[in-house]
Amino acid sequence: MTEASPTKPYALHLGVIALLFALSFVLPGYHHGLLARIMVLAVFAMGYNMLFGYVGLLSLGHAMFFSAGLYGAGLTVYHLGWNVPAAFAAGLACGALLALVIGLLALRTTGVAFMIVTMMFAQVFYLVILYFASWTGGDQGLVVQQAARVLVLGSASFDLTNPTVRYMSALALFSIVLLVTLAIVRSRYGRVLVAIRENEERTKMLGYDTFSNKLIAVVVSGTICAASGAAYALLFGYVGSSFASVQYSILPLLWVLLGGAATTLGPLIGTLFMYYVIDITSGFTSAYLLIVGIALILLVLFFPKGILGTIRQRWLGWLP
Amino acid sequence: MMPLLTTKGLSRSFGGLRAVDGVDFALMPGEIRAVIGPNGAGKTTFVSLVSGRIQPSSGMIVFDGADITSLPAYARVRLGVAYTFQITSVFANLTAYDNVALPVQRTLTDGRSKGAVRTGVMAALERTGLADRAHMPAGQLSYGHQRLLEVAMGLALKPRLLILDEPTQGLADSEIDNFITLVREIAKGATVLLIEHNMPVVMQLADRITVFNAGRILAEGTPDAIRENAEVQEAYLGTTP
Repeated sequence: MTEASPTKPYALHLGVIALLFALSFVLPGYHHGLLARIMVLAVFAMGYNMLFGYVGLLSLGHAMFFSAGLYGAGLTVYHLGWNVPAAFAAGLACGALLALVIGLLALRTTGVAFMIVTMMFAQVFYLVILYFASWTGGDQGLVVQQAARVLVLGSASFDLTNPTVRYMSALALFSIVLLVTLAIVRSRYGRVLVAIRENEERTKMLGYDTFSNKLIAVVVSGTICAASGAAYALLFGYVGSSFASVQYSILPLLWVLLGGAATTLGPLIGTLFMYYVIDITSGFTSAYLLIVGIALILLVLFFPKGILGTIRQRWLGWLP
Repeated sequence: MMPLLTTKGLSRSFGGLRAVDGVDFALMPGEIRAVIGPNGAGKTTFVSLVSGRIQPSSGMIVFDGADITSLPAYARVRLGVAYTFQITSVFANLTAYDNVALPVQRTLTDGRSKGAVRTGVMAALERTGLADRAHMPAGQLSYGHQRLLEVAMGLALKPRLLILDEPTQGLADSEIDNFITLVREIAKGATVLLIEHNMPVVMQLADRITVFNAGRILAEGTPDAIRENAEVQEAYLGTTP
C-alpha cells in the first residue's frame, strides 16, 4: 500500500508463478490435473477477494458471475460453434455485464442486506438456468465436445484437453489475473478501495464518489470470476447448473478466508489447502468432512486472519 | 466582496426536533469564523448540512455563488468544502502516509507520477509536524497526533473552506498552542469555519463569532462584541465572562 520499493512483492509473485510452471514437469498425472483445476478456481477466489478482501463487501452471490462466464463460454461453443477465444470473450462479456447490472442494484444496500440481495440474485440466476433446460441442459449440464476445445492461434493449434496445454492455459490465466490484482491493489485505486472498506463515510468526505468506486470494483470482481468460469468450461468441458448453486457462492468466501482476505496470494493458498485437505482425508475415511471441519476450526483458532493474513501480521508486513 | 458561503433559511428537523431552524448565515473569504453555543444548539448539524453529510429539510446553501444544496457530499469536497470530523475518524489501520495520500491523490490533476503524491503527502505531514511518523499506522498515533492527522487530511484537500469540528477536543495545552499557530497558517490560504468549546482558543483565533442556540443564530460579531453581549453572557458564558 505504501509507495515503497515494489521489488519484493513482484519477486515473490513471479517466484510463485515460476514454481507453478516448474511443478508442471514434476507432478504425477493426478496432481497435475488437480493443480490445473485449483489454479482456475483460485482465479475465482481472487475475483471474490477483490470485492470481499479489499472493498469489504461480502457477497453471497458470486456463483452467478462464475456461471455467467461458464455459460457465456459454454453455450456459445456448444450451440453456436464459436471458437475458443470468441467463446472466452463472450464469457467475460456476460460476467462484466451481469456484474454491472447487479452492482447498480445491489450496491444500494450495505452489510447484511447486501449479502441477502446478492444471494437472491444468484438464486434467480440458478433458477433461470434450470428453467431454460432445453438450452442449458438443466441440472444435467452440457459436455463441451473435445473437437470444439481447440485453441487455434495463427498456424498453431492447441488441444485444450491435452493435460500439459490445459495446465499451461490455466497457469497463464492465473498469472495474468494474479499480476493484475497485484497492480490494482498497489495502485491509487486500490488505496481508495481499502479506504472504503475501512470507513466509507470518511472516504466520501475526502471527495470520493464511493458508489462509482464500488461499482467498478464489482465489475472487476465479476469479470475475474467470469474469466474463471469461462476457462473452466473450455478447459474441463463441463458446464453445469451446480456451479450456479449457493454452494459455489460460499466456496470462494471460504477459500479467501482460509488463505487470507486482502492478500493477493491468499486465494491460491486457500483453494489449494481446501482441495488437498479434502483430497487427503477422503482417502482415509468416508467421514472426511468431519476432519475438514476440525481442520477449519483449528485454522480459525490459530490463523484468525487466514494463513497469509496471519503470516503478514506476525512476520512479513510487506506482503501485498 | 461576495461571501464565500451563504445559507438562506436553512433548516433540518429530526422528528419533532428542529435541530437547525431557519439559519441565515454568511461567511466572507479569508475569515476565521468560530461557531459557539451550548451542547445541542445545532452547531454540528449546521456544519453537516454545509458539508453535505446530511440533507436539509428546507433552505438553501450557496458556495462561491453556486447553489450546492442538492450536491452530494463528495462533490462539495471537490468544490473545496473540507470537513474534519469531531470524533477522530482517521483510517486507523492505514499508515499516516496513506491517510494523507488519499486526499492528495484525489486533488492531483496533473501527471500520474508517484513523486507528486509523495511530495504532496510529505508537505501536509510537515505542516502538521507528523513527517517523522509517516509510516506508523494511524491507530497507533497518540490522540493529539490523530487530531493533527485529521487536519493534515483536511489540508491535503486544498480546501477553500475548511470546517474544523471541535479540533482541540482532547488536546493538551502545549498542543493547543501549536494548533492555534497552525490554524493561523491555514487561514492565509483558506477560509476557516471552526466549531469550538475552548473559549481562549476561540477568542484568540476568530475574526468573528456566531453564537447558536436552539437551532438559531442568537448573536454574531467580533470576539469583543460577543464578550460584551449581555444576552450571550447570561445564556452561555455565565454571568462572569
